[in-house]
Amino acid sequence: MTLAIEPAKENFRLGMLVYDTRYRSYTIQVIVLLLVLLFLLWLTNNTISNLADRGKDINFDFLSSRAGYDIDQQLVPYTNDSTHFRALLVGLLNTLAVAFCASIIATILGVTVGILRLSKNWLVARLMTVYIEIFRNVPLLLWIILTYTIFSEARPVPKDFKVTPEMIEAGEQPKALMNFWDTIAVTNRSSNIPAPLLDRPLGTVDFLTIPINLSVLASLIIIGASIYVHRRLKLKAKAVQEATGVRPTTWWKSLLILLAPIAVFLTASGLHFEYPVLKGFNFQGGISIAHSFTALVIAISIYSATYIAEAVRAGILAISRGQSEAAFALGLRPGRTMNLVVLPQALRVIVPPMISQYLNITKNTTLGAAISYLDLKGTLGGITLNQTGRELECMMLMMLIFLTLSLIISSIGNAYNASVKLKER
Amino acid sequence: MSSSFVRTEMLPQQTPPVGESGIIKWLRENLFSGWFNSILTLLALGALYNLIQILLPWLSNSVWNAESLRECRDIVIAQSGEGASGACWAMVRVRWNQFLFGLYPVEEYWRPTTAFALMFVALAPVLYYGLKRPSAQLVGVVSVLMVLALFGLGTDFGHIFLMGLVMAALTALAWVAPKKLVFVTLLFPLVAFYLLWGGSVWGPIGTLAGFVILGAVWWVAQRKLGVVVAAGVALVVAVLWWLGVQTSITTALHTAMPMELPYVRSDDFGGFLLAFVIGITAITASLPIGILLALGRQSNMPIVKSLSIGFIEFFRGVPLITVLFSANFMLLYFLPPRTNLDLILRVIIVVIIFASAYIAEVVRGGLAALPRGQYEAADALGLDYWQAQGLIIMPQALKISIPGIVSSFIGLFKDTTLVALVGLMDPLQGVTKIVRADTAWKGIYWEPYIFVGAIFFFFCFSMSRYSMYLERKLKTDHR
Repeated sequence: MTLAIEPAKENFRLGMLVYDTRYRSYTIQVIVLLLVLLFLLWLTNNTISNLADRGKDINFDFLSSRAGYDIDQQLVPYTNDSTHFRALLVGLLNTLAVAFCASIIATILGVTVGILRLSKNWLVARLMTVYIEIFRNVPLLLWIILTYTIFSEARPVPKDFKVTPEMIEAGEQPKALMNFWDTIAVTNRSSNIPAPLLDRPLGTVDFLTIPINLSVLASLIIIGASIYVHRRLKLKAKAVQEATGVRPTTWWKSLLILLAPIAVFLTASGLHFEYPVLKGFNFQGGISIAHSFTALVIAISIYSATYIAEAVRAGILAISRGQSEAAFALGLRPGRTMNLVVLPQALRVIVPPMISQYLNITKNTTLGAAISYLDLKGTLGGITLNQTGRELECMMLMMLIFLTLSLIISSIGNAYNASVKLKER
Repeated sequence: MSSSFVRTEMLPQQTPPVGESGIIKWLRENLFSGWFNSILTLLALGALYNLIQILLPWLSNSVWNAESLRECRDIVIAQSGEGASGACWAMVRVRWNQFLFGLYPVEEYWRPTTAFALMFVALAPVLYYGLKRPSAQLVGVVSVLMVLALFGLGTDFGHIFLMGLVMAALTALAWVAPKKLVFVTLLFPLVAFYLLWGGSVWGPIGTLAGFVILGAVWWVAQRKLGVVVAAGVALVVAVLWWLGVQTSITTALHTAMPMELPYVRSDDFGGFLLAFVIGITAITASLPIGILLALGRQSNMPIVKSLSIGFIEFFRGVPLITVLFSANFMLLYFLPPRTNLDLILRVIIVVIIFASAYIAEVVRGGLAALPRGQYEAADALGLDYWQAQGLIIMPQALKISIPGIVSSFIGLFKDTTLVALVGLMDPLQGVTKIVRADTAWKGIYWEPYIFVGAIFFFFCFSMSRYSMYLERKLKTDHR
């Protein structure tokens, strides 16, 4: 019989840094850190000597000098006399505009397609599968370029829309017609849509050199207030239902609260539309939207919608059949089963991939460079970079902005995810 | 006493009602169950009808032989009358080589073709390690296809014969000793690099010699210094060889004994050749790097962990285009002065880095999905870190993450089209732009995009189906 002998206390030897698991992790970490620091030092060193070779320095002063180029689509006032910083701002807003519109359209389309793909209708389910497979297996760049090419090459030139008195006499139609009861004209140059105008606008206020339209602000506040009151109404109805078992009718109150205030406000300000009209060689009046914007939004939406559809489908499939069967056994109708039982549970599976889709949409807007859409990549990373030759500064700034955007979107998404996820201990 | 009627004989079996059997039942259940579904069906049928009405004449009037779009249109009108529409696939036929190879010199087309064929030989041991029949079958079929393709591309007979001989030898090797094909896999990167770019044969041989030196030094040193230290020493020696000695020796050898293939400039790479070179290199390299990053992120060493997180989150937070532009503009600042790194090489490096960040996140998901007990069981067996990872953790984690990994690969392959934005000639932007700028084909847009899209669709769709097959094949749970 042997006795367990306490091992002799070992003295620290140098070899233990490599062969003893207690110390090895320190050795590895120190070596990794040293290598990374050496690598960074090497990069910095190279950068300094390269900059010195070219007689350049790192300097962000160019942001306050004159930009000198035009941008078609500008959400804040901008002329070619404005600074490069202003151009950056215009570009950033253009990026956000595309990302925002595309996210909304992609969500609506994606959720619809995802649910329809699970439909019992054989034909519709197959069609949706074909749509999803075709669009997600072909590069997004192809869809963007193809959409843009169709808009700018297959659409008629403005003069085809012309109606002359002789044509009216002869009862002929012009070569091209406007869509939606003569309100929208899509030519090979741009899409012209009606512009909402107010007779009695509230005017504008400058906020950090960005003009803010007070009428729009007021409308937004009114809509927000209506939604808040509406939510209170719903809560009250729910309280009554739980106390008495009978839910009071609220639908006409909801409609009134949601629609009446904004309608009254807009009528009081005298809302009317200015329609695009063919004058001379092009359409005048209304809002003219560049094809690069339309094509980018459409292509990104239909492409990303396929990913959202798959996320929605996976989420709904992840809920076990027993849940909906239990709901049916309780006597819930299919619609309420979906709303009250399946969707709340599916949401926590659906939301995380949706967040990463919104991030992808934001990052994919940079593909607008292929159809010369002047977003952040086009202004700061394109023309400004080429004009000033400050590659390092422009690229660093752009990466920083995108990292910040990603961080903001993912934290908003995570906050929402935390609110819908299963509460467990 | 009550009397009741009791039937004593069986009734003959009756056929089900017409509405409850056959096609009518199927239609009622699948297309017209309820008013909502009926409306959906009718809408879908309407959409389908419209689509077919436009597509069918367009496709059936396709023109395959013409020299310009004008000619195409004339042929369509001559065939089907005024106002008829027809696809002009003649463009694809005329520009086929350019779509495949870009501006790669015509007389060198055999090189990328051979490299592509060799890739399957290199893949054979990965797919069927040590299996005689499937390896030989794969290599044999690829050899025959390669020779046919070389004939189709109009390669001179000498090269066809030579390459056919090489492939025949490899087929024989696959039949005799399938395990030896691993050497082809190991050599493939250098061989493919040499075949594609050409230049002096001594460059790749010098690089290869570095690896041989690495192995030799390690083997000699490990007896005295132990495995870990020997590996470090061998690495240092090899790096010294690659950075310090290699260039002068290979230059000397080249002047003494010049052996070379004509050098092809990176600007000439284009079309699907470029997409494949970037896509395949990035896919193969990003997987191991991504796994290492995922392990780093899961490790309990704080410095390694935070470095990995920083790396992964940075590259996942910025769009690929900004990274590609950095390869174009910024890498020149970061590398030592007067380094002249090729644009394709720079793009490949940043695409690898970018893709490995995504792979790392996918693999991390797989690692996190493993039950804690698996790690503890590995520890309890007394396995060390790499043994536990290699034998217990990774096989399971990678299996879980197959769908994610493959969809990252698909995304990566689709993203190779973005290199057009830094001036490389990808099939989508680069080649199509050149074709559309040609006066003969001015105004053509559906056909080139449908063609390029169809090829991308074929590869991406096959990849996703293969991953589904792999998932089913590797499934071990009993459901």
